[in-house]
Amino acid sequence: MAGIEVTALHKRYPDGTVAVEHVDLSIGHGELFVMLGPSGCGKTTTLRAIAGLERQTAGDIRIGDTLVNDLRPAERDIAMVFQFYALYPHLRTRDNLAFPLRAEGLPKQEVNARVEEAARLMRLGPLLNRRPRQLSGGEQQRVALARALVRRPRAFLMDEPLTNLDAELRADMRTEIKHLQGELGATMVYVTHDQVEAMSLGHRIAILNKGRVEQIGTPLEVYDRPASLFCAAFIGSPPMNLIEVEIADGRLHAQGGLVLTPPSGLPRDRRLVAGVRPEALEVTAPGAEGSIPARVVSVEWLGDEIIYVVDHGGQRDVRVRMPPTVRFAADAKVGLRHTGGTPAVYDVSTEELVA
Amino acid sequence: MAVSVDEAVSTGPAPDHGPPARRLGGRGRSVVEIALLTVLAVVMLFPVLWMLETSIKENRDVYAIPAKFFDFAVTLQHYKDVFVAQGDGRTPVSVNFLNSVVVAGASTVLATVLGVPAAWAYSRFAVKAKKDQLFFILSTRFMPPVVVVIPIFLMYRQIGLYDNKLGLILIYTAFNVPFTIWMMKGFVDEVPAEYEDAAMLDGYTRLQAFWRYTLPLLVPGIAATAVFALIFSWNEFVFATFLTSSDSVRTAPPAIAGLIGGTTTDWGLVAAASVVFALPVLVFAYLVRKHLIAGVTLGAVRR
Repeated sequence: MAGIEVTALHKRYPDGTVAVEHVDLSIGHGELFVMLGPSGCGKTTTLRAIAGLERQTAGDIRIGDTLVNDLRPAERDIAMVFQFYALYPHLRTRDNLAFPLRAEGLPKQEVNARVEEAARLMRLGPLLNRRPRQLSGGEQQRVALARALVRRPRAFLMDEPLTNLDAELRADMRTEIKHLQGELGATMVYVTHDQVEAMSLGHRIAILNKGRVEQIGTPLEVYDRPASLFCAAFIGSPPMNLIEVEIADGRLHAQGGLVLTPPSGLPRDRRLVAGVRPEALEVTAPGAEGSIPARVVSVEWLGDEIIYVVDHGGQRDVRVRMPPTVRFAADAKVGLRHTGGTPAVYDVSTEELVA
Repeated sequence: MAVSVDEAVSTGPAPDHGPPARRLGGRGRSVVEIALLTVLAVVMLFPVLWMLETSIKENRDVYAIPAKFFDFAVTLQHYKDVFVAQGDGRTPVSVNFLNSVVVAGASTVLATVLGVPAAWAYSRFAVKAKKDQLFFILSTRFMPPVVVVIPIFLMYRQIGLYDNKLGLILIYTAFNVPFTIWMMKGFVDEVPAEYEDAAMLDGYTRLQAFWRYTLPLLVPGIAATAVFALIFSWNEFVFATFLTSSDSVRTAPPAIAGLIGGTTTDWGLVAAASVVFALPVLVFAYLVRKHLIAGVTLGAVRR
């Protein structure tokens, strides 16, 4: 296993599209590193550049101590798992697993031993003599994972491997991948557009947007302190409420009367936006202590929680996450209260976190 | 045929509880349908039937008035005349057939060999102005080929390709390549690029990955595309007429047309030659009929 260093990566396609503007990543040895972003943000291109399937226009990629810019995919000693599994349709599971090893020219005994080991690890025993067509989506993806394992590569690259599975299977596979990664101590780069996947899997998450890295951090860091307005609006379901605020007598005042505790070190004379998580707000009975008058616009019953959309007299309605026991009807007069700590505050012009 | 359709309709499900008027309407409609289809079938198939009959009639029956539909003596002499000249040796028409095989075969192979890799490249890679290039390639098929016959004729005469099989092969290839690229691109798009990516990670080069993984999956598409190209080259008449003059070069379509005329026309020979000419295409089309439908309906269903 080895770490991966990506420095000043830039990728421009011949047709002029810039897929990756500028990406720096430092992925540690044995780390499960997730690249998260909307489609077209450059995450897959970055991954393919690491794999060697795309040649970057500029920038360096190092795997371990090796500069791999000019190495072919096979010479980089990495394995990749694809969204469409990419199992060879004419080969049985056993041969699909053995394929990369035979391509390397390993002796037969070694090939068999490694195939058995990977099959045991991914519990593929009964599937070894089937062809991909006879396997379900989940089984195909387990075979694809096993095929990545047999190589004993220096790093695993995963390109949205769970996207084509149904929801239940996806949760199972997520656990399986996490477990596997921990057991092998493998360096793994995992690309996804699903934030739940990213939060639950990643040791660290890189959020990409328009070919740039917006933020790199642990799932908690990314959730608590999104580094930019983009991240604030991207992470969380529903995402942060972005409320325009002004500083007056040492506090943050929003239109409509909501008052927030300011973090220290706020710049003066800038237009500011506070990012408030839906669970940092509370819908109360009207007139409750510390609340401002508000009105419920709509209610989303999710079973384990309720999302209230609340009009508090500000420019935009806010979303509030409440336990299912607290019930208000739509259009009810209520109170709105901030219960969280200091919010993240962003500069409107730079769109970046200022405090 | 008509009877069986009628029966299928009348013995179909829900025979009794439908309102009578509607049932009558349904039967009335199917009668009209069958009548129209029968007329259409007769109109379309009668020339073919007449060609088949003429090819096995003796000459005096061919010219008989009133025309003989059923009671004529069957002979295979005309078919023999197509291939065997009087006093042994090959007939000019049989040479023409051989030319057709060479020209159509070579141009199909050439168009496929050029078109398949091009389609693969257009499908897989980000090419500069890809859409414009593809449109340009397609646009060469917009005009009727006959428009360029005269300029091609003049150019060919200058460079020695006039009355030359190579000339025909090249012009047919030029007409087939755009078609091959477009049709094959559809088939390549259907094969996930991940196969090649995975093969490259397993140690193959881009071309090896294409050759070993994508190409085998493309074989049905290639077969269908090649048959389309083959049918075009085999049937082509206008260029073959203008760009050839000697029997050693001329392909079958203009040669068969050339049998008509002069002082007398040996209709039996014309008909027999036409049947022989039509057979290979029919056989090929039958062999790949599934793929022909796949080719025609390609793109109708999105993944």
